[in-house]
Amino acid sequence: MLIRPPVPPDLRSSAITPESLYLTRREWLTAAGLTVGAIAGATALFPRRSAAQQALGKPYGLQVDDKPTPWDDVTSYNNFYEFGTGKEDPAEQARGFKARPWTVKVEGLVRKPGDYALEDFVKAGRVEDRIYRHRCVEAWSMVVPWRGIMLADVLKRAEPTPGAKYVEFTTLYDPARMPGQRVPVLRWPYTEGLRLDEAMHPLTMLATGVYGRDLPNQNGAPLRLVVPWKYGFKGIKSIVRIRLTDRQPSTAWNESAPGEYGFYSNVNPTVDHPRWSQAKERRIGEFLRRPTLMFNGYADQVASLYAGMDLRRNY
Amino acid sequence: MGRPRWWPWAVWVIVLVPGPLVVAALVSDFVLGTRWLGSNPVKEGELLLGQWTMKYLVAALAITPVRRIMGWNWLQKYRRTFGLAAFFYGLTHFLWYALVDIQLDGAQLADDLTKRTYIVVGFATLVVMLPLALTSTRAAIARLRHRWVTLHRLVYVVPVLGIVHWWMSVKADVGPPAFYSAVFALLLGWRWWHARRETSGHATTPPTSPSA
Ligand code: HEM
Repeated sequence: MLIRPPVPPDLRSSAITPESLYLTRREWLTAAGLTVGAIAGATALFPRRSAAQQALGKPYGLQVDDKPTPWDDVTSYNNFYEFGTGKEDPAEQARGFKARPWTVKVEGLVRKPGDYALEDFVKAGRVEDRIYRHRCVEAWSMVVPWRGIMLADVLKRAEPTPGAKYVEFTTLYDPARMPGQRVPVLRWPYTEGLRLDEAMHPLTMLATGVYGRDLPNQNGAPLRLVVPWKYGFKGIKSIVRIRLTDRQPSTAWNESAPGEYGFYSNVNPTVDHPRWSQAKERRIGEFLRRPTLMFNGYADQVASLYAGMDLRRNY
Repeated sequence: MGRPRWWPWAVWVIVLVPGPLVVAALVSDFVLGTRWLGSNPVKEGELLLGQWTMKYLVAALAITPVRRIMGWNWLQKYRRTFGLAAFFYGLTHFLWYALVDIQLDGAQLADDLTKRTYIVVGFATLVVMLPLALTSTRAAIARLRHRWVTLHRLVYVVPVLGIVHWWMSVKADVGPPAFYSAVFALLLGWRWWHARRETSGHATTPPTSPSA
C-alpha cells in the first residue's frame, strides 16, 4: 500500500483535492497500459471499491488512496449503544427516532449560557463539508464526508470564562426513545469530554450531516461530535448539553473500563488496547489491513497539543 | 429404527453447510460487492464461526440429557456428529482468524498468543478439543475402553474455556455469553444432579455406550 507523507499542516489553504489525486492515479494507470474497457470491467467487478468520487467536501488529512466510504456502510455499520449493541442495530432501532425539535444547552463556565433550538444553535458558525478519516477503537476505519460547524465557533459565542479548562458533552437521556438505555451496558446518559484546546482546534467539528444530507438517526442525529484524530467513541452522538468546566469530565467508556479507554483516546498505533493491537486497521470495504497512522494521519495539525506528554500513560 | 440409512449423512451435510456458506459469502462480498456479511465481512465471519462452535457444543452436550429425559435413544449417534462439528467450526474459526483476519501476520500472531488473554484462552479451548476429536472414531473407542470415558470427561472443560474466551472478547454487551453460560450451566448441572441420583441408587437405566 502506498502511503504518501501527510497533507501539509496549513489547514485552510493547502488541503489536496481528491480530483488531483485521482488524476495522478489515472495517469499512472494509463501509462501502465490499462484500457478504458479494463477499468470499466474492474469497476463492475469491484463496485464497493469504486465509491463515488464526486466533490463531497474538502478533504482533510486524507492519504493518497483514501476514498470516501460508501453511504451504505457509513449508515449501517454504527456503534450507538443507545440503539442496541449490534453494528446494524442502530439503523434498525433508530428508524422512528424524532430528532426535531431539538434543544441544545450550553452552560457552565461561560459568560453567555443558553438553551438553543437546533436551528439557532448552528448559526454560531458557517456550515462546511469536510472529508475526514475515522478510526474506531475496534481497529476498523472509514473515510466520512461530514457536514457541520466548528465547535470553536460555538464555544466562542458562549464566551468561556478564564477558569474553563474542559468541555463536557452529554447525550440525550430518554429510554422511551432510546431503547438501548433500558439495558445497563454503559452508564447512561453517555458523556464525553475534551480539553478546551482540543475543543477549540480547527479540526474539531459538530456534525449535522453526512454526504451533504442531515445526519441519519443512527449516525447521531441531529448533532454529534467529530474529532478525527481520536478514536470514534469520543464522537458523542445526539448531544443535548455542552458544559464548560474546570475539571476533567468523566466519560462513559472510561468509567466502564478505565484500563482500556482513557480520557484522551488519541489514535496511536504504538499504544495497544489491552486486548488487541492498534498497529493496523481494516478499512471498511477493503480486505487487506492498513497500517494505523499516528493521530490517525493528523499528527502535523495536532501533535503539538500533546507536546511533552507521555502518551503511553495518557492513552 | 425405521429411519433411512442415509439419515446420518444428511445430518452431517446440514451441520456443515454454514461453514462453506460463510466462506462463499466472504468471497462474494469482496469480489462481487454483495453484502451478505454486512459492512465488515472479515469480522462478521469470524464472529459467526465462533458462534457456530458454541451452538454445536450446546447440541453435543444436550444429546445425553434429552435422550435420557425423552427416552430418544436414537439420538445417541449424533452426539459424535455434533461434537466433531463443534471442533470443525472451532478450527475454522481459528483458521479464519489466522488467514483472513490477521492474514498470517507473524508478529501479531506471536503478540496475540502471548499478550491477549482471550486469544490464549481460545487457543487453549481448541487444544483441549483436539484429542477429543482425534479419538472420536469407533476404533479409538474400542481401543481406549474405559480410558476413553476418562479422556472424554475433558469435554466439560470446553464450554467453560469457550465462555471465558467469549466473555473476555466482548466490549460491553455480555448478554450473549451470559445466555450461553446459563445454557451450559443447565446442561452440566443436569449431569451433576443425575450422577448424584445414580450413586445414591435411584436411577435404573444403564448407559448404552460410553456416556458423558
Ligand atoms: C486459537 C483459537 C482461537 C482464536 C485465535 C480465537 C479468536 C477469536 C477472535 C479474534 C474473536 C473476535 C473477537 C472480537 O473481535 O469481538 C473471537 C470471538 C469468538 N470466539 Fe474465538 N478464537 C479461538 C477459539 C475459539 C473456540 C475454541 C471457541 C468456542 C468454543 C471460540 C468461540 C468464540 C466466540 C463465541 C466468539 C464471539 C462471537 C461473538 O462475539 O459474536 N473461539 N475468537
